[in-house]
Amino acid sequence: MIEIRNLSKRYGNFHALKEINLEIGKGTVFGFVGPNGAGKSTTMSILATLMLPTSGVAKVDGYDVTQYPKEVRKRIGYMPDFFGVYDQLKATEYLHFYGASYGIPRTEREQLIPQLLELVNLSDKADAYVDTLSRGMKQRLCLARCLVHDPEVLILDEPASGLDPRARIEMREILKELKLMGKTIIISSHILPELAEMVDEIGVIEHGEMIAQGKVADIQNRLRVKKVIHIRTLEREEELAAKLRDEPHVSSVLTDNTGVHVHYSGDDVQQSALLRQVISWEIPIVSFQEAQSNLEDVFLEITKGGARE
Amino acid sequence: MNWTRRLINPVINKEFRLRMRSPRSMMSVLFYVLALGVVAMGFIYLTLYLDQRSSQRFNAQASQMMFYVLSFAQLILIAFMAPALTAGVVSSEREKQTLSMLLTTQQSSTTIILSKLASALSFMALIVLATLPVYSIVFLYGGISPKQMVSVFLFYLFVMLLLGALGVMFSTLFKRTIIAVIVTYGTGLIIFLVTGLLYLFCMGIAQQNMYSSGQPAPGTYSWVGYLLGLNPAGAMVSLLNPTFSRDAFLMYGGSLNSEPPIQLWLEFVLVYSVVIVLALLIAIRNIRPVARRKRKKDGGPKAGQAAEQAQQEVGQAEQPSQS
Ligand SMILES: Nc1ncnc2c1ncn2[C@@H]1O[C@H](COP(=O)(O)OP(=O)(O)O)[C@@H](O)[C@H]1O
Ligand SMILES: [Mg+2]
Repeated sequence: MIEIRNLSKRYGNFHALKEINLEIGKGTVFGFVGPNGAGKSTTMSILATLMLPTSGVAKVDGYDVTQYPKEVRKRIGYMPDFFGVYDQLKATEYLHFYGASYGIPRTEREQLIPQLLELVNLSDKADAYVDTLSRGMKQRLCLARCLVHDPEVLILDEPASGLDPRARIEMREILKELKLMGKTIIISSHILPELAEMVDEIGVIEHGEMIAQGKVADIQNRLRVKKVIHIRTLEREEELAAKLRDEPHVSSVLTDNTGVHVHYSGDDVQQSALLRQVISWEIPIVSFQEAQSNLEDVFLEITKGGARE
Repeated sequence: MNWTRRLINPVINKEFRLRMRSPRSMMSVLFYVLALGVVAMGFIYLTLYLDQRSSQRFNAQASQMMFYVLSFAQLILIAFMAPALTAGVVSSEREKQTLSMLLTTQQSSTTIILSKLASALSFMALIVLATLPVYSIVFLYGGISPKQMVSVFLFYLFVMLLLGALGVMFSTLFKRTIIAVIVTYGTGLIIFLVTGLLYLFCMGIAQQNMYSSGQPAPGTYSWVGYLLGLNPAGAMVSLLNPTFSRDAFLMYGGSLNSEPPIQLWLEFVLVYSVVIVLALLIAIRNIRPVARRKRKKDGGPKAGQAAEQAQQEVGQAEQPSQS
């Protein structure tokens, strides 16, 4: 659906993007991750036909963004990282304006807009002026705006930035729904766990270079991120930690006020043997739990620079 | 039904709504009319109470004079208003971070630019029409023909279009509204003041040359007159006073009864029409990044279809109608 080949962008002498390659299939949710200033927004605005690349090719559904911008615009819904709203419009008028701008006839819009507001949980704000909405609501309204013309591709630049946790969860639920609708979504963030549950693939970008990309699981495997086992005890924590350090496949053991964290590289069979071993020591265990190895670890691991290929 | 859809495209519709909902717009109408009203009152006061030689009566001649004064005042007010209303239309959307989303819609660059300009012009036309009551005194005492009145108002519309097109152009060229506004005022100053001063200066030199070369050449018009045709005030006077164009081209002491090479207002309209068109083309070209079209065979899987689309896109001003 999206194809980027040797894409470069220079601002004067500054290379914001260096020969980026990327391919995103139809229906894929792609997480675009990298620290601030890595070049995520630059890539996305090139895809959104707002900026010309210095060299290289970017295509959406087979259409080159510089040669057929109008075709590309039909197929994408773009949400910029920083955006404003027309304060003096009501939420429905706001959506009507963009709907009309995409050439959707009025009668169709009148049916569509309540549905969109429903989707982003803003039905009760339909007649509110946009400037009275909270930041999270504006963000969701903007997302609804991206959807008016039912695009196949959504390009969402940091849609969850600046939101409180609650608003962030709401945003995530909406994105899940969009994923179910079969949209191809590129979503960027400098905070990975935001995306952790919903992306199929990630691409990590740093200093304008793609340093890793692929299926989330593949990347984790390739980087051999170790499992972390979290053990909580009633007492004798230090003793447990000391004993664990001598067990096979344990690379390090840390303790803090939440319990013992074991970095473990054994497989599931070996792990169950470890559990039996721990219980045999008769230390009062409250819980023995494999912590979700999260994407943030992957991210930190990669962007540390050590894992660069 | 269809033609209203054509005429009132989404961008114009939005511009109208936003403009008419902002309290600032209503305040500007109020202050504009007040300013012109003060000029009218001041003029009446001066004629009736201060000028001792006058008959202390307001007659057709005074009424005509008043029309001239009001026309000039209005022209100056327009020169102040037009840049302020147009130089921000694109850059302020950029500053408010709404531009990028507008640009990813299906609206063509031409539609966006022309709609924004049309909306600003309509609002200015509304303001100018709102000053009509001030002219009621002129209507009452006569001295001016309806035709002159209409032609002056059409002339205003043209000046607004000129300053508006320049304002919109600078609005796309400069990222910041304040700079676009300042540059537009600067250009306005050149059009309004510098052309007039240049005319006086060149006329002076030409006159000097004529005297020093001994014999005045009464049979010729001077090219210097063309300079005055670039000045809105000069063009406007030529509309009100049919002999003014001839006088502008004529050397002092010369006399000629044949027609001047061109009516000043006509020159004004012709020259600045070119400027308007150029300014709008630059604005349209600048609002979006435009890639040089390199048509190769590998344009995409639907290259043929896309090429067709792109053909339609060129110079397309109306929205794609969904049928
Ligand atoms: N218009 C611009 N002019 C010059 N440099 C820019 C411009 N836009 C972005 N940059 C630079 O390009 C780099 C990438 O920016 P961006 O794509 O916004 O990063 P991200 O979205 O990943 O945080 C940054 O270092 C930024 O300073
Ligand atoms: Mg960014």
